[in-house]
Amino acid sequence: MSQWILLILLAAGAKAQDAPDLAAGRKIFESQCALCHGQTGTGGRGPSLNRPALPHAPDDEALYQVIFKGIEPEMPGAWQLDAHEIRSVAAYVRSLGAIPAEHLMGDPARGERVYQSKGCAGCHIVAGKGESYGPELTGIGARRNGANLRETLLNPASLLPEGFLYMSAVTRAGATVRGIRVNEDTFTVQIKDARGEFHSFKKSDLNSLTPLAHQTPMPSFASLSSGELDDLVSYLASLKGKP
Amino acid sequence: MRHHALWLLAIGLCGIACAQVSYDRIVKAQQEPGNWLTYSGNYAGHRYSPLAGITRENVAGLRVAWAHQFGTGRTETSPIVVNGVMYVTAPNMAAALDARTGRELWKWSRPIPKDYRPIGFGQVNRGPAILDDRLFVATLDCFLVALDLKSGAERWTAKVGDYKLGYSMTLAPLAIKGKVIVGVSGGEAGIRGFIDAYDAATGARAWRFWTIPAPGEPGHETWPQDAPSRDSWKTGGGSAWVTGSYDPESNLVYWGIGNAGPDWNGDSRTGDNLYTCSLVALDGDTGALKWHFQFTPHDTHDWDSAHVPVLFEAEVRGVKRKLVAVANRNAFFYVLDRSSGEFVAGRAYAKQTWAKGLDDSGRPVVLPHTDPSEEGTTLWPNLNGATVWFSPSYSPQTGLFYVMVRELGSIYYKREADYKPGTFFAGGGEGHIPNGERKGAVRALDVATGNLRWEFSLHSPSWSGVLSTAGGLVFAGAEEGNFFALDAASGKPLWEFQTGGAISANPISFSVDEKQYVAIPADRVLYVFGLNP
Repeated sequence: MSQWILLILLAAGAKAQDAPDLAAGRKIFESQCALCHGQTGTGGRGPSLNRPALPHAPDDEALYQVIFKGIEPEMPGAWQLDAHEIRSVAAYVRSLGAIPAEHLMGDPARGERVYQSKGCAGCHIVAGKGESYGPELTGIGARRNGANLRETLLNPASLLPEGFLYMSAVTRAGATVRGIRVNEDTFTVQIKDARGEFHSFKKSDLNSLTPLAHQTPMPSFASLSSGELDDLVSYLASLKGKP
Repeated sequence: MRHHALWLLAIGLCGIACAQVSYDRIVKAQQEPGNWLTYSGNYAGHRYSPLAGITRENVAGLRVAWAHQFGTGRTETSPIVVNGVMYVTAPNMAAALDARTGRELWKWSRPIPKDYRPIGFGQVNRGPAILDDRLFVATLDCFLVALDLKSGAERWTAKVGDYKLGYSMTLAPLAIKGKVIVGVSGGEAGIRGFIDAYDAATGARAWRFWTIPAPGEPGHETWPQDAPSRDSWKTGGGSAWVTGSYDPESNLVYWGIGNAGPDWNGDSRTGDNLYTCSLVALDGDTGALKWHFQFTPHDTHDWDSAHVPVLFEAEVRGVKRKLVAVANRNAFFYVLDRSSGEFVAGRAYAKQTWAKGLDDSGRPVVLPHTDPSEEGTTLWPNLNGATVWFSPSYSPQTGLFYVMVRELGSIYYKREADYKPGTFFAGGGEGHIPNGERKGAVRALDVATGNLRWEFSLHSPSWSGVLSTAGGLVFAGAEEGNFFALDAASGKPLWEFQTGGAISANPISFSVDEKQYVAIPADRVLYVFGLNP
């Protein structure tokens, strides 16, 4: 008799170990998580989840714990879900940030030499080396796929990151400062120029402040040979972040 | 040192002479402008200070007088100030501060149960209420607590709702004659909402108004009558989570009612779903419904009518009338007769794409294809609305209604909703419009018509309420931390301070030793500003 009970318990345990159910996870996510994280994980009151690396959940066990316990004080824990349901939600959350594996033509080692010879390090930092005018690229391959990187290299203004803005400010004295907006509020703006210098302005002290929409200081690399471009894309895609 | 001792002595003496904050004193709050005696400064919901020490001419000299750091997260408290003592709250916490220095005089707290979960809102508290010798605080685990004004000791504790079913409270109570009124949060948890009044002396419940009428009660006909949805009213939502207003003359309490549940999927709750997304006028003695006005019938966008109603008088077509104004989450501004609920005027005050306009009775003429959908429906305003819980302000000096406006749309999704007690019962939600425009503004509207007089644009949508003063100023805050003063007549910016934290609270004004101060929380710090402090 007790053996039967044990068998039933083992069976139940085995069910709890079943593979996560992505469809069930999606249903739970959309009804209970999406209120803050957005229906497709693009974020809302809570952060976006459609990215491969989640700061509070570096691995699957951490993600399980975040979903189960929540994050004080804003995110409630999902104490009403059972273990299989939580794993299903976790799997769905991971799927939101998954970048499908893609086959890249180029060679990363050759691509690194292209990166160095074409002056990319004059504006970008990779693994601690380079200049910081443009965004750091140490983990760019974890955030963007090859097609996206290729398009950015060919036509940089077409895929600007959300919130990125190139601006031109003209002071009362007539001086023009052009650069990347690093911060802005209703009354002030902070701009970083091409030399990496910060400029702080009260908006009321400026003659004009013009957003240069769809512009970026990054040049197009359309002049690269197709082999060089493949190699450079392959190198950038290999940059998965700090070890 | 001697000065400090004198101050404490003064507080002590005043504690004996002035601690009794009678109902009569709150009714006549404008006669003691140095104190801030109720959530909105007066019962009429004006959030207007009759103090005129800080003016258009001298506001540029405003400096930090003191700051008080809370141990908890983002602070949304709207303090009460009486005779040199400021009363503040945080989730399940209250404190009395020396209003000259910010130093703590006493502190009270109640543990938040380990299994408490906020369902659909942040863990915040928006302020206390005061009456006679007591301070009243509503807690996250849904208790109303009466504290001794001089020590913070508990006088009584009343259970208002069951937090395990999603009932909670974040609002400042409203204390009227002998009673303390509260409403519940929980509109995303499938609650059946209510507004309660408690005897201020004993904590006994005096009345309850259910915001979702039961079978046999008027209004129930606006819910499904037949299977399989005949029980949808039991999980129909109708929270009441923002402090109302009160007219002592008619003894009517005005209170906004929240969204219907489930929020974004209305299939199981066909009909108008009274009294969700409505303003109700209740008898202060009995809680009996005098009238209602529904802003958003059968809402499917989470547009709670969670606002402080503003009571005022104005001439309408040559006749002086007692009116109530509401800038609604649904992006329309309304003026109603406050004796009858009759619609007097209304118009959109922010970008909206869901209605053609309002008909002669004030009912929205809803455009087709505006409901949430499986693939997503793009619509303005977003689910937080064109404005929400943070307070508007009405200045009798300018006759203008000042409102913080959020200008952004969203993509509304509809999903299935299964009711499971104590969990989300939402039926969908929203998603950001990629690279969508997000703006904010303080707008000044003619109070009787809603016509725009001026606007001051903000870099992004804000969660700050608005204060107007007899000094001809309007104070408000920004998401980026700026706290600022505008000319109440023109909207011109006159002063600004970077607090370093997002502002998600309502400003107040008070005076100590006849010197005017303005207070605003930013993130977890309460700032108090004065001239030449």
